[in-house]
Amino acid sequence: MADLRSAPPPAIGELDHVRGPPGGPLVIEYADYECPYCAQTDLLLIELSARRVFRHFPVPSKHPRARVLAAAAEAAALQGRFWEMHDALFADQGRIDDPHLWERARRLTLDLGRFERDRRSERVAERVAGDFRSGLRAGVVTTPTLFVEGALHAGVPGPELLERLTGGAASARP
Amino acid sequence: MIEPGTRAPEFALADQDGNEVTLASLRGETLVLVFYPLDFSPVCTDQLNVYQEILPELERARARLYGVSVDSAFAHKAFQRELGISIPLLADFHPKGDVARRFGVFNAERGVSRRALVMIDPEGIVRWSHISPSPLQIPGANLIFDALEQAAAA
Repeated sequence: MADLRSAPPPAIGELDHVRGPPGGPLVIEYADYECPYCAQTDLLLIELSARRVFRHFPVPSKHPRARVLAAAAEAAALQGRFWEMHDALFADQGRIDDPHLWERARRLTLDLGRFERDRRSERVAERVAGDFRSGLRAGVVTTPTLFVEGALHAGVPGPELLERLTGGAASARP
Repeated sequence: MIEPGTRAPEFALADQDGNEVTLASLRGETLVLVFYPLDFSPVCTDQLNVYQEILPELERARARLYGVSVDSAFAHKAFQRELGISIPLLADFHPKGDVARRFGVFNAERGVSRRALVMIDPEGIVRWSHISPSPLQIPGANLIFDALEQAAAA
């Protein structure tokens, strides 16, 4: 039985997807590609150039394609293009059917046959499920959920959190 | 709210299909009651969607999870369908909130249940209870598994 007892979000591991300049507070983000608030949060974090780890938290009864999309991003990761697929998914949440995924894969010049096999593979499913379980254990119940210096923040980050992430620089912007 | 160690009050409530579910009929299994304010309110929606994902693990732990709110069985049916979940939902509808009241989780001012979790062991004794400080705070599924382990170790 999978252990779902409470545990803090795991430290950055080898399999994690990390982005953004080093230095400043690290953000651990649990999110799902079909969730509009996650797309919004993603943009906010890009604008802040926050350093962050992205982890999958697909809830299929809420977002039926979320798990498929997470698997597509992981399949792209196996060809070294995780963030490109990540951005392409968040950039167009209205186009998330299989043909749209193939189109993205082609645009990223992925090996399509391999992408198709990988995104349906046990390995990728387990990778996504591992993120989901670590989120559950850390108390994630909604997306997006961010962990900053150990503290859980559910939902789109508010001005206070954004300001902390930029060390006050956000408030200085016009 | 009801304290661990107390015998859970008996109840008989209709589920989303109108079938009566009683505490007595669930003896022999660990029971997790998820009290929530209302069907179709956004926060409850997230809560039950996430709990849906832990049903296989709960089954392995021989525990059953039920949602309970003051909504009617018909509303529960529509809510269940809307969410695409299989978690059974119990209608604490008439007298309104009676079971929530007996478990000490009714918010009389608002006429709905508070957001609370109660774990009842196979003998009908409450082993764990949790009430959210605010209805906007959803208790994580991890708390249920912590409580299951504690109950198993006791």
